[in-house]
Amino acid sequence: MTALTLENINKSFGDVHVLKDIDLRVETGEFIVFVGPSGCGKSTLLRVIAGLEDASSGTVRIGGKDVTTTPPAKRGIAMVFQSYALYPHLDVEGNMTLGLKQAGEAKPVIAERIAMAAKMLSLEEYLKRRPSELSGGQRQRVAIGRAIVRKPELFLFDEPLSNLDAALRMHMRVEIARLHRELGATIVYVTHDQTEAMTLADRIVVLRDGRVEQVGSPMALYNDPDNRFVAGFLGAPSMNFLAAGPLGAPGATLGIRPEHLCAAHGGRLRGTVTHVERLGGDTNLLVTTDADATLTVRLFGQHDHRVGEAIALDYDPARAFAFDAEGRRLRP
Amino acid sequence: MNTARRNPLNTVAAHAALITWTVIALFPVAVILINSFKARKAIFREPLALPDADSFSMIGYQTVMKQGDFLLYFQNSFVVTVASLLLILLFGAMAAFALSEYRFRGNTLMGLYLALGIMIPIRIGTVAILELMVETGLVNTLAALILVYTAQGLPLAVFILSEFMRQVSDDLKNAGRIDGMSEYAIFFKLVLPLVRPAMATVAVFNMIPIWNDLWFPLILAPGEATKTLTLGSQVFIGQFVTDWNAVLSALSLAILPVLVLYVIFSRQLIRGITSGAVK
Repeated sequence: MTALTLENINKSFGDVHVLKDIDLRVETGEFIVFVGPSGCGKSTLLRVIAGLEDASSGTVRIGGKDVTTTPPAKRGIAMVFQSYALYPHLDVEGNMTLGLKQAGEAKPVIAERIAMAAKMLSLEEYLKRRPSELSGGQRQRVAIGRAIVRKPELFLFDEPLSNLDAALRMHMRVEIARLHRELGATIVYVTHDQTEAMTLADRIVVLRDGRVEQVGSPMALYNDPDNRFVAGFLGAPSMNFLAAGPLGAPGATLGIRPEHLCAAHGGRLRGTVTHVERLGGDTNLLVTTDADATLTVRLFGQHDHRVGEAIALDYDPARAFAFDAEGRRLRP
Repeated sequence: MNTARRNPLNTVAAHAALITWTVIALFPVAVILINSFKARKAIFREPLALPDADSFSMIGYQTVMKQGDFLLYFQNSFVVTVASLLLILLFGAMAAFALSEYRFRGNTLMGLYLALGIMIPIRIGTVAILELMVETGLVNTLAALILVYTAQGLPLAVFILSEFMRQVSDDLKNAGRIDGMSEYAIFFKLVLPLVRPAMATVAVFNMIPIWNDLWFPLILAPGEATKTLTLGSQVFIGQFVTDWNAVLSALSLAILPVLVLYVIFSRQLIRGITSGAVK
């Protein structure tokens, strides 16, 4: 079943056209991630789905119903914000129950939902605390709890982890993935962090300048990008781009992932190591080639390269990507 | 850690400046208070001496209590001040919310128009206001004063509050919308508590001039039943003879209620419940 359908969504703020002809179908139970650089319109699109912004044109359907003109509270959605946006004057329980009370749910139903959400997010001890007495991670869990108790048809997450530190972010990422499995809920998740996108999504929607660049599963986008933007945006360290001509490759630009480069005597690319990052599991090299391009090389395991050392690199042409002058992918 | 704060010389200098200012500010108030408890002759003989057994006298307070209806004046001043403040805060906050929250045509123009009142003193329009009050039959009512003071206070209130409301997190308001709160509920339950310090600032700024005003009570409501405290005190100041005991006592009494209001508002100024709710 289709949980969310976007048809021809356009949005302008005055003269600025921020969303351009967006079409998308999200199936029930799917985890969809909108990803893109800042200013690409991903948050605006989420707010259009939530009903916090009106689309300039186009139709939003949630669960088959046209909700283009329905107010946010009646759309069957719940949203988790980057800044948590907890009600400062209410305790944790008050924060989670407010929406249900507004919707006129019966008291036993509310109590049962709170118990369920508190257990799921291990918030039982904190129900009587104010948001100001909680840590960042706990606040974010309360914000997620507030969304869960509404039992929405669609969860919307607006960069929920960007305010957390790295360790907590990793932890919450796993939590969110677990919640998605347990609830079987449909989730639309906005982030600028490609790691979050890759690890969480069933399907990723890559946006740039208000347009959808490509939609697909993380591995499909990684292994088979439609254009240079998608190829460069996903994957860390990001893909290397080289002028194709001197290498005798087709198209204008050749894209090679850092892990597909290897040190080889007599390799096609010659250069000097300018920086070495030792991560234990991997070693990343920054290499300036003789043609003055900078390449990132990802070597697995620990290697004994030194800054200033001359190095020859090679790649497998079958795993390289060719792009034309406009950045479109040239498929063999 | 800030080194300027740790330097003892800086601490001493800062405290010296603050103490000097406090003494200058409190001196007239102290003189009024001290002399209100002295006999008339003692006031002129040694204005700065504390009242002793010889010079102590409650004559001023007795005159104030006997002459005129001071309790009523107190009540009038209190009603006018509190009602005006309530209206200023309510309408000012509502206008500020609309200006800061909603995108509509002419938003900026409307904001400028509302702020114009900060630059134009309302007293320039006294004659027109008086005519208006005569036409509407509001002369010699407290309502006339409340209306004028509300109009006088609104521009600054809208200006200050809209700046503060712009800083209230959009996410918080949107969370309320998704939870099904009405715009009024968002305004009263989410936004107002967060701008409480700004509301207190506006209240304090408006309270003192309203309480002390002599101009509009004299022109719009000089009747015995609607006299405010400041106007009422004028009966003791004559062209040839001034009953200083009574004037000083009346002024001393007039300080008290406004002091209480100030304490209430300034506690709000200091308190902030917003910390931690929105990162």
